[in-house]
Amino acid sequence: MTMKNTEMEEKNWSGQTMVSTDYILFEAPRTKHFMTGSEVLKEAMKRCTVDASVSYPITPQSEAAHLIGELWAEGYVGTYFRGENEFGVMSEVAGCAMAGARTVTTTSGPGTLRAMENFPMWSGTRIPCQLILMARGINSPLTIQPDNLEVSFLLETGCMIWYAENVQELFDMSIAAFTVAEMPDVHVPIITAVDGFFVSHTRESVMLPDDNIALKRYDPYAAPLPPIDSEMPPGRFLRDPFVMKSNYISYATHASWQWEVRSAVERSVPYAKHYLEGLVHITGDEDAEIVFVACGTASHQAKEANRELTKMGIKSKVVKLRTIRPFPHKELLEATKSAKHIFVPEFNVVGWLDKEVTQSLYSKSEAKIVGRPRVAGGMSMPVEAILREVFENVDVKKGA
Amino acid sequence: MANLGPAHYAPYPVATYDGLLTPPEGKAMLLTEMVDEEVAMREIARVMLTSENATIFPGPQVLYAWSEEAKKKATLIKEMAEVLNAKMIPMYDYRPKYPKIDPEVEINPNHPNLTIWHNDIKAAIFIGVHCHYANVALKIVRSETDCYTVGMCALSGHEDAMATIRDQHAEDVAKFIAIAKEVKQELGK
Repeated sequence: MTMKNTEMEEKNWSGQTMVSTDYILFEAPRTKHFMTGSEVLKEAMKRCTVDASVSYPITPQSEAAHLIGELWAEGYVGTYFRGENEFGVMSEVAGCAMAGARTVTTTSGPGTLRAMENFPMWSGTRIPCQLILMARGINSPLTIQPDNLEVSFLLETGCMIWYAENVQELFDMSIAAFTVAEMPDVHVPIITAVDGFFVSHTRESVMLPDDNIALKRYDPYAAPLPPIDSEMPPGRFLRDPFVMKSNYISYATHASWQWEVRSAVERSVPYAKHYLEGLVHITGDEDAEIVFVACGTASHQAKEANRELTKMGIKSKVVKLRTIRPFPHKELLEATKSAKHIFVPEFNVVGWLDKEVTQSLYSKSEAKIVGRPRVAGGMSMPVEAILREVFENVDVKKGA
Repeated sequence: MANLGPAHYAPYPVATYDGLLTPPEGKAMLLTEMVDEEVAMREIARVMLTSENATIFPGPQVLYAWSEEAKKKATLIKEMAEVLNAKMIPMYDYRPKYPKIDPEVEINPNHPNLTIWHNDIKAAIFIGVHCHYANVALKIVRSETDCYTVGMCALSGHEDAMATIRDQHAEDVAKFIAIAKEVKQELGK
């Protein structure tokens, strides 16, 4: 095997040669496989020199947590244990990461909410752990079906959020995610989201590099905070006057701290642009007036709508957002400059992406933004549903 | 008390929300401009040599002898202070100090403006401070004081400082001292 980009062939504990992220993502030869999203995630984590994984492997979220456990049994993951519940898991992830371990976990749906307090704590402690979110609905009666409502709850946690469309993107993103999250000037948690079931349980073709290579180890000394120190904030959380005092300087510090976490997310932009090859991916006619803005599998369905419209001689394009936090404001504005009609198809009832897009383009774009179709609770999004929105809102005879 | 900075009492807008990010490798940042490292070093030396009560704030990474690099850097920082005619006030830990800090003997990321106000510091270098705490402090300083701040960083730099140079290891600090000596001579200080 030729490895142009490796300075020396250093091995990790499982005997894999540690190589650069660029080599794994862009240079290493790949072979074709046919796998579910959960299986692909196992393959990705196998190549990440993961120190620790904690899970609450509730069925029927996905097999991902179980499969990472298998990786531990096979000797690829440093340590693996089960938490008592999702809150416990996310707290234990924080403990591992604060101690300097590259740490991963997976969750979805109501489990995400049970663990919720931990996510802003993760970002406030500047730990570069990764959560793979295989999104599913949150509602009563309990659903186990595809729906990404929980992403709306995660938007303001201070964590980065990337969104993968398919198993291939899940593989590549979840490897790049560690690298970007661990950059010293970024160093905040990252949530890599996919639509559960549509991606986690569906078998697709995926191109994988050899499994005898893996990411270089995480270096906790190249971090913006010293590894675990319980005597200073943020380690010294609840018994410290920093938290408890009601005075101006305490408020100023809290404000600065929160801005710093959000600044760190913004600093990820150049790195994300490199490893994701852009914060947005565009398909279709460059000068189209009909534009679909979507993420995840909704963007796949939007691409199907684009194909159908092309057959009818109607120009359209799809702007797929690959990062939600940081939100790609500049890229979205540039990609929609020709738009007169913007459609935001989504797999949830609240339209969180529609709100993000509308807010981002407010007073900058004259396009009419239609936050539909919205499907939820496990409903699929047939291309006809997207086309119906187009024909109800656009007079195509007038040359849209 | 010094004048307030442009962002007044709130540490917003922070630099990233003004579109500023840390400089790329091999570059430095002066206010909003990306420049060559040597250009930044000359300007930092000039500001430090011409500002009232110029001060260096060394952090834990150079105050404790945890590595050979730390020892080398610490020795060089003492020399840097002499060359720049600067005072030295340490940021020896990051714990908030209550009921109050002593601003004559320390600076702390949680109340850095108190030290700057008390000592009327018009230019300062942060060095050896872990990035997160430097950034928390720099945002408060940026908003609440008129101090010209410099982030001399071993990692990626600090966009909330007025000037920042990145990847600064012992040999880079030595290079800065050499440049500062030249500037000092030019200024006749």
